Amino acid sequence: MRGETKAIISGIGQSDIGRRLFRSGHELTVDACLDAIADAGLTPADIDGIATYPGAMGTPGGFSPSGVPDVQEALRLRLNWYNGAAENPGQLGSVVTACAAVAAGYARHVLCFRTVTEGSAQGTKGRSIVTAGGGGGGGHRADGFMQWLLPYGAPSAANWIAMYAQRHFYEYGTTREQLGQIALNCRANAARNPKAVYRGPLTMDDYLGARMISSPLCLYDCDVPCDGSTAVIVSAADTTPDLRKSPIHVLAVGSALHGRNSWDQFDDLTTMALRDAATMMWCRTDLKPSDVDAVEVYDGFSFIALAWLEALQFCAKGEGGPFLEGGKRIALDGELPLNTNGGQLSAGRLHGYAFLHEACTQLWGEGGDRQITRQPEVAVAAAGGGNLAGCLLLGRS
Amino acid sequence: MNDARRMTPQFRLLPRLTEDNTFFWTSGADGKLRFLRCSKCGYYVHPPSPICPHCLTKTLAPEPVSGRAMVATFTINEQPWIPGFDPPYAIAMVEIDEQPSVRLTTNIVGCPPESVHIGLRVQVTFEHRDDVWLPLFAPVS
Repeated sequence: MRGETKAIISGIGQSDIGRRLFRSGHELTVDACLDAIADAGLTPADIDGIATYPGAMGTPGGFSPSGVPDVQEALRLRLNWYNGAAENPGQLGSVVTACAAVAAGYARHVLCFRTVTEGSAQGTKGRSIVTAGGGGGGGHRADGFMQWLLPYGAPSAANWIAMYAQRHFYEYGTTREQLGQIALNCRANAARNPKAVYRGPLTMDDYLGARMISSPLCLYDCDVPCDGSTAVIVSAADTTPDLRKSPIHVLAVGSALHGRNSWDQFDDLTTMALRDAATMMWCRTDLKPSDVDAVEVYDGFSFIALAWLEALQFCAKGEGGPFLEGGKRIALDGELPLNTNGGQLSAGRLHGYAFLHEACTQLWGEGGDRQITRQPEVAVAAAGGGNLAGCLLLGRS
Repeated sequence: MNDARRMTPQFRLLPRLTEDNTFFWTSGADGKLRFLRCSKCGYYVHPPSPICPHCLTKTLAPEPVSGRAMVATFTINEQPWIPGFDPPYAIAMVEIDEQPSVRLTTNIVGCPPESVHIGLRVQVTFEHRDDVWLPLFAPVS
């Protein structure tokens, strides 16, 4: 029994997005939530569930200003089920959980959201004050998993992912030029997305000439902190007659983690938890990677997107570099359009949820200037790097 | 090892010592690196855990290792993340000789960062700060 097939996506919403908006995170959250509720043709009175990642967190600054209570209070929702948690299969693990909740009958319409104000939180001081996502580095001593990283000047996922990229380069001959195609592709797509943070042209010379952050990752391999909120409504499939739009079906989900739950003890340094999540997803459907028309995968760092492409079996393990070579295959008019809104690298680090938002946008044909010409029927949304990973296979029928 | 340590940052954020990790972070006081090891099956367990994941017995005890390891991967960090910890510096994951599935994220010292490479053989060296002996690794000469 594949319970997720009882779940549908009924609406999507997004707040204003900007590099630094200097606005209340709660306000952005409410904007996105109301946008999604209206998109589904529902009202707040219809919402009886909430799921969010990672729940409200005070630190790192701007990482997650709003949680379940903020939204429930603002909209005075009568909830039958709710969940806000960080120890999830990645950012979209919250959506996977919402699918289970509607399949189990705990709720009919689950409002899922994720809000960030990292752009404003870092202010003009640069990224150094925004350290690791979800890390526990506060105070004068390092706790939890950060104790193994912070003493060595490795506070950022940039450092951790760089080491995976380095190992992939070493084992498979992957090059910076190949990896750079992800950044260039994102920027080209962002130029067609009016809400993207960075829309100006980016060339391979720009990419190769950019300053290193943590070798082999340069500035353009790293996503751009921003402010914004994204919301998605997960509904029970039998509510379809009540909805404004034709549903997007959840065909399969991936939430597995079979390897070590750790950034530096994972068994294979050329892939990550996403290997297990992607494998699980394909085990839960008769569809094949060749059936996918649009792929929206996490690019907090470019290498993570490469690793997702391999894990999702769009190419063989280790073949991500040649697969990306030249960039035509992943372009908006290519055989496998990738991160069609500009990804986190150029559209902004909305942290996982924007990939699902964009997959739905493309499936509903609402992409405007960036709509894939050949109307997509099946799309993948995937989020997470390191020990975080969750993914969904979505379809129009 | 009193040495050509090329990287000694002014500041390091130290780990908070707990009943689980104190043996590890103070192990270098006598110059030895230690990991928990199962006295029944010989498996090294890291990070510290209350139980051997293989035989599920609580027979783990800290045991010294040779301190020899190999660089499994690395990065040269160029970004100033932490005031007083100035780039560039080499961050690496090293795999210990006794059981390569045990990795440490660490700094490679005693050589220029740009000379670090995958496969580099390294030996532990400790940097004593406050109540902590941080394991760092330097190339085997």
